[in-house]
Amino acid sequence: MPETQTMIPRATPLTPRKKAILVGASGGIGTTLVYRLAREGYVLALVDRSEDKLKALCDEINQTYRETRAVPYEHDVTVYDRIPDLFRKVVADLGGLDLFVYVAGVIYFPAMDEFNFAEDYKMVEVNLLGAMAWMSQVAPVFQSMRGGQIVGVSSVAGDRGRVGNPGYNTSKAGFTCYLEALRNRLTRHGVNVITIKPGMVKTEMLNLPNAPKPTLAVTPEQAAEGIWKAIKKRKQVAYVSGLWRWVMLALTHVPSVIFRRLSF
Amino acid sequence: MENTFTTLENFGHSMSAPSYRFIPKTSEEIYEAFRLAKKSGLTVTLRGAGRSYNDAALNGGGIVLDLMGMNQIVEWDADSGVVRCEAGVTLEQLWHKVLPDGWWPPVVSGTMTTTLGGCLGANIHGKNNFRMGTIGEHVAEFTAVLPTGAEITCSPKKNGDLFYSMISGLGMLGVITTVTLQMKKIESGLLEVHAWPTRTIEDQLHSLEEGAPKYDYIVGWLDTITVGHGQIHAANYLHGDEDPEPQRTMQLSYQTLPSRLFGVMPKSLLHYLMTPFMNNLGVWGINTAKYITSLRRHTFRQSHAAFHFLLDYVPLWELSYGRSGLIQYQPFLPKETALRVWTEILALAKKRGLPPYLGVTKRHRPDKFLFTHALDGFSLALDFKVTDRNRARLNEMLQEFDQIVLEAGGRFYFAKNSETTHETTARFLGAETMARFKKLKKRTDPDGLLESDLYRRIFG
Repeated sequence: MPETQTMIPRATPLTPRKKAILVGASGGIGTTLVYRLAREGYVLALVDRSEDKLKALCDEINQTYRETRAVPYEHDVTVYDRIPDLFRKVVADLGGLDLFVYVAGVIYFPAMDEFNFAEDYKMVEVNLLGAMAWMSQVAPVFQSMRGGQIVGVSSVAGDRGRVGNPGYNTSKAGFTCYLEALRNRLTRHGVNVITIKPGMVKTEMLNLPNAPKPTLAVTPEQAAEGIWKAIKKRKQVAYVSGLWRWVMLALTHVPSVIFRRLSF
Repeated sequence: MENTFTTLENFGHSMSAPSYRFIPKTSEEIYEAFRLAKKSGLTVTLRGAGRSYNDAALNGGGIVLDLMGMNQIVEWDADSGVVRCEAGVTLEQLWHKVLPDGWWPPVVSGTMTTTLGGCLGANIHGKNNFRMGTIGEHVAEFTAVLPTGAEITCSPKKNGDLFYSMISGLGMLGVITTVTLQMKKIESGLLEVHAWPTRTIEDQLHSLEEGAPKYDYIVGWLDTITVGHGQIHAANYLHGDEDPEPQRTMQLSYQTLPSRLFGVMPKSLLHYLMTPFMNNLGVWGINTAKYITSLRRHTFRQSHAAFHFLLDYVPLWELSYGRSGLIQYQPFLPKETALRVWTEILALAKKRGLPPYLGVTKRHRPDKFLFTHALDGFSLALDFKVTDRNRARLNEMLQEFDQIVLEAGGRFYFAKNSETTHETTARFLGAETMARFKKLKKRTDPDGLLESDLYRRIFG
């Protein structure tokens, strides 16, 4: 009989399954979102760099539900040429695709007078170029399927260029803009694109040197819940938590003449 | 070769799966698809008209070879009634070609939209299975392309092992590309149909068994809400001068199903009218009305197309079952156990509150094909409405049915059932058949490229 390519249980007419890919699954919001989607019965292809963490996460989930709901795929998003083959394989293993989530992201907090191109470059590569490389595979597939949802976890940091972190702001502003353009292209084909804009989330990110003090911060679990709600309701843009919508609304309306004098 | 990533569905709209759809036009292009599949690590599923009720023509995330592009009738000999067609030719094309010359396909399905490739893959039967066997028994020869690129010709004499396994083999051994079929000579475009009611399941089984030797076709309808009520339709060909105008009745224009109801309403809208009745109460009403009208024993003449292709009478009828569609469950039972099992499963369905909305019964005889579903006995085809809420319970109940059927020596039909697991499949096919299939598969498809969602479900 067939060589079992994968242990993922396939959908049958009487046991349909929602299928999702999560890029950046093994840390922070990614992991909590994996738990949340597994609870909803999704079968998940988890993509990330660290194989050990991914495997442990998959084992934990599969043991909890006593069936294979998560499968690991080790991959570094900056190895762009590998993405087309990997994507095709994952879709074949899952037997289709309903949801694609890009939550991979890196951050470096420079000091106020520091310019660090090497770190900026890394942030743009992971936060923006990796997302573009993946989504340029996902988008045409969803477009011809006339369905599916794409979720990009961007950031409130992309809403305004601020003194603190020009490189990170740029990567996220680019990502937000890319997602908006994707939405404008794909909505007419029945595909929903969601931009998630987390404010501060209590992950390892906030323990890094020069990290800002947590303000209006939520736990990764709360963030995952917010993202799941946005997926379920097929939203377009969702702030996590919702309060940040108003904070950013105010902030984006501060005139430059004032904004450039603030240390915010 | 054309290639799009598309979401494909099954006949009952109970499942969909996105796949890379290729539409090959030649054997060379079929082989090209296999090479591409091998290179990119994908599996290949064959698809004709997509009229299977389950996942036989679906391959989520993989390649689907849509053979509807190979749809030429290559050769037709009106003297001998032998026709050679490409595999994508539909039964509709076929009877349109042969009927005006006084011939009819020996075995047809309930819809004429199926392709010959699909009919052979599932080895379909008709309402004359007890007399004419399955479609495979009327195939003189077929050619096929294997995933290895080899082109072979099979007949009962030549490559006999592949002949008896690729027919019924669900397209998992190779791609049938052309089929040579023997048609049946007819003397009229009409059938003489006798209809009579049956009051109990026992009565219905008795009618099928007693009636079969006397008729060319026989089929029963079983009211599955008020269990027991039913009706038999039995038909005979007309011979000699029984039909005063055979030339006229064998014309296509005489046979073609009307496209409007009462000459006014386009039938393509009819399924919308059916939708409100597709619930327990509505079906009870329809069935009761149907039974009352069937109480009158009567005889009438009907065209071949009208008698055989009931499923085409209301275009898109399957949409009336709603968003989650329908599935069909058709167990085949030996003569001795049919009554007990039918009674038991219909009672169970009632108890679970999951009554089937349609029950169709037929008389069968065994055949020599590898994955044969037929046996000396009866089949009961049940249509179930699927909803998001009942899906899990339905699955659970059908698994119970499977155990009951297996214990009673029954068989299953891979073109129909959606729930059959690999454990059930292994039990009903038996170790010997499974071993023979594995061996053949290794020979024709050493890289294991041919796989479908059905294949993964039933072979694990």
